[in-house]
Amino acid sequence: MTGKLKNLDDLRRLRDETKRVMEDRMASETKIIVGMGTCGIAAGAREVMTAILEELDKRQLSVNVLQTGCIGMCQNEPLVDIVRPEQGRITYGRVTPQDVPRIVGQHVVNGQIVEDLVIGRTD
Amino acid sequence: MEIYRAHVLVCGGTGCTSGGSPRIKALLEEELAKNGLEKEVNLVVTGCHGLCEMGPLVIVYPEGTMYVHVQPDDVADIVEEHLLKGRIVERLLYKEPITAERVPQYRELPFYHKQKRTVLRNCGYINPEIIEEYIGRDGYSALGKALIEMTSDEVIQEVLDSGLRGRGGAGFPTGLKWGFCRKATGEPKYIVCNGDEGDPGAFMDRSILEGDPHRVLEGMAIGAYAIGASEAVIYVRAEYPLAVRRLHLAVKEAEEMGLLGDNILGTDFSLHIRIKEGAGAFVCGEETALMASIMGQRGMPWPRPPFPANSGLWGKPTNINNVETWANIPDILLRGADWFASMGTEKCKGTKVFALTGNVQNTGLLEVPMGITMREIIYDIGGGVPGGRKFKAVQIGGPSGGCLPESQLDLPVDYESLTGAGAIMGSGGLVVMDDSNCIVDVARFFLNFTRAESCGKCTPCREGIMRMLEILDRISAGEGKMEDLDLLERTARIIQDTALCGLGQTAPNPILSTLRYFRDEYEAHIKEKRCPAGVCTALLTYYIKPDLCRGCTACTKVCPVGAITGERKEVHVIDPEKCIKCGACAERCPFDAIILA
Repeated sequence: MTGKLKNLDDLRRLRDETKRVMEDRMASETKIIVGMGTCGIAAGAREVMTAILEELDKRQLSVNVLQTGCIGMCQNEPLVDIVRPEQGRITYGRVTPQDVPRIVGQHVVNGQIVEDLVIGRTD
Repeated sequence: MEIYRAHVLVCGGTGCTSGGSPRIKALLEEELAKNGLEKEVNLVVTGCHGLCEMGPLVIVYPEGTMYVHVQPDDVADIVEEHLLKGRIVERLLYKEPITAERVPQYRELPFYHKQKRTVLRNCGYINPEIIEEYIGRDGYSALGKALIEMTSDEVIQEVLDSGLRGRGGAGFPTGLKWGFCRKATGEPKYIVCNGDEGDPGAFMDRSILEGDPHRVLEGMAIGAYAIGASEAVIYVRAEYPLAVRRLHLAVKEAEEMGLLGDNILGTDFSLHIRIKEGAGAFVCGEETALMASIMGQRGMPWPRPPFPANSGLWGKPTNINNVETWANIPDILLRGADWFASMGTEKCKGTKVFALTGNVQNTGLLEVPMGITMREIIYDIGGGVPGGRKFKAVQIGGPSGGCLPESQLDLPVDYESLTGAGAIMGSGGLVVMDDSNCIVDVARFFLNFTRAESCGKCTPCREGIMRMLEILDRISAGEGKMEDLDLLERTARIIQDTALCGLGQTAPNPILSTLRYFRDEYEAHIKEKRCPAGVCTALLTYYIKPDLCRGCTACTKVCPVGAITGERKEVHVIDPEKCIKCGACAERCPFDAIILA
């Protein structure tokens, strides 16, 4: 926690800092984002999240695993996004725990997108 | 130097070698010799090609064909098919790996193409449990701007100019509502967020609260500043545990940062937000019943006037807005009323979030500019009706809304057009139905819902809905009369005019809209005792198709009441008098000769 914001300048400073950190994170670090809205959880996102953490642990990888809300494609939940430098944010749909080793091994480690599960990308 | 007609290159790099390429090379030598090709084909071991991930690699020239992941079993195929017969072994070919450029952008996907995501801008993008991520997406900047650079009246004027109308369903101009409450006398003033989303099939508010809770808090803080309130309540269904948890967390984080609580951002404006969990009564989405529930009373509406703006919570001026309305506020202040008013139609500005469910390909959450047609939502974004079935109707606005047929799909989506067509915008639930749904049954479903949820305070709603439901039960049981339709219509109009609150006044909408657009289906139930969709069991009979029946007698053996007769190897017949419609025969028939019609 950043501490109390005493005025508008504090807020602006924090905003600019966070913006930079968020952009930095997009560019230089790999992260995995799991859709954890009610729709995601109902479709099995929690199991997928557990599988991801186990897989990362097994491979001794330090990758940020984050959660987010519903992006609207409830039909395709559980959704998992992989953000890698230069590749932007790639979304996989209907991910099962069995798919996790492939996504982590192929995409997170080697940067090769898992074609049959991919849905789309955002910047 | 010998002249070869083909060259086979086997990778001997470290990667391919550990993947087994020496064995592949040995087998290739064997196979070539076996087929007498050793003089025609040159076998070469090369260095690393760099594509170690795909190894062991074998490349055949002059074609330059690259085979990947070649296993010992594949060698015979390569020699016989490719080198002898000249046919490329497709299954071993290198497939171009998909690159980020080849993955379609979200905005290129049909699902997002016609969407305009502003309220949902952060949903599915930021981590809702980390306030900094919201701040990094310009979160709370609108609140800062309002508190420091604008007066309360300027904030209200901005909202008024934007043309924002209440997203809970009724579409009252938000700026006007705020103005009423600001001018009202009485202290303290309260603001309330209505998160009692009760329509079957609707989940817009839940998704916003779960995915971007700070946006709602910021909108409320701006509203409180504009109105002069220092206390706020979020009323959210207890059935939304994730939303409740994230709201609590969001309020705590915002307070710790000085974005809520006392002296926000160093100013003398203070706001305390508390969260009240509702017990899931549909009527508590009605504003007066909601306030009664917040005050610890039974969730029942009270007559208006007085309006909440003058006498709401504990008799004090209160402003209630829906989750989505509050979520629209930050961007209006930050990007300006003109930006907001540039989206939508003349009377309905901005966007609307819809929850699309039912018989549609892409169920989900979407946000579209006002004025888009229902057809675009269902077909372009929703991907149409799956399974090759036909579109029949779309229920818009939940149990308070109406059923629109194919002929109304080109209507622009805005408050006035939908009301004119007999539906309502409602909070934004869209349930798509295909031709396997019976319209009488659908009307019955929604009416049964409002009957169960009626609080019972006023007679038209309590008694009227029950009587209408009885008529519908009769019709679907095949005991309806043509006069019933007139009676239904008259009762519906009376309830619309006389019920105390919105729940009762809108409860007849599903009846009136289905009578208007699907009267023939009601008539089929009454006159022909037939349910065209095959849903109302009382009107269906099991029937054996003579051309498909082989007389195997399987059905006679499973029929529990002996209703089926027929000689072996001859067509069987069901006696409708004896048949109890259990369906056992249809399940058992190996030739699908028994149908329900």
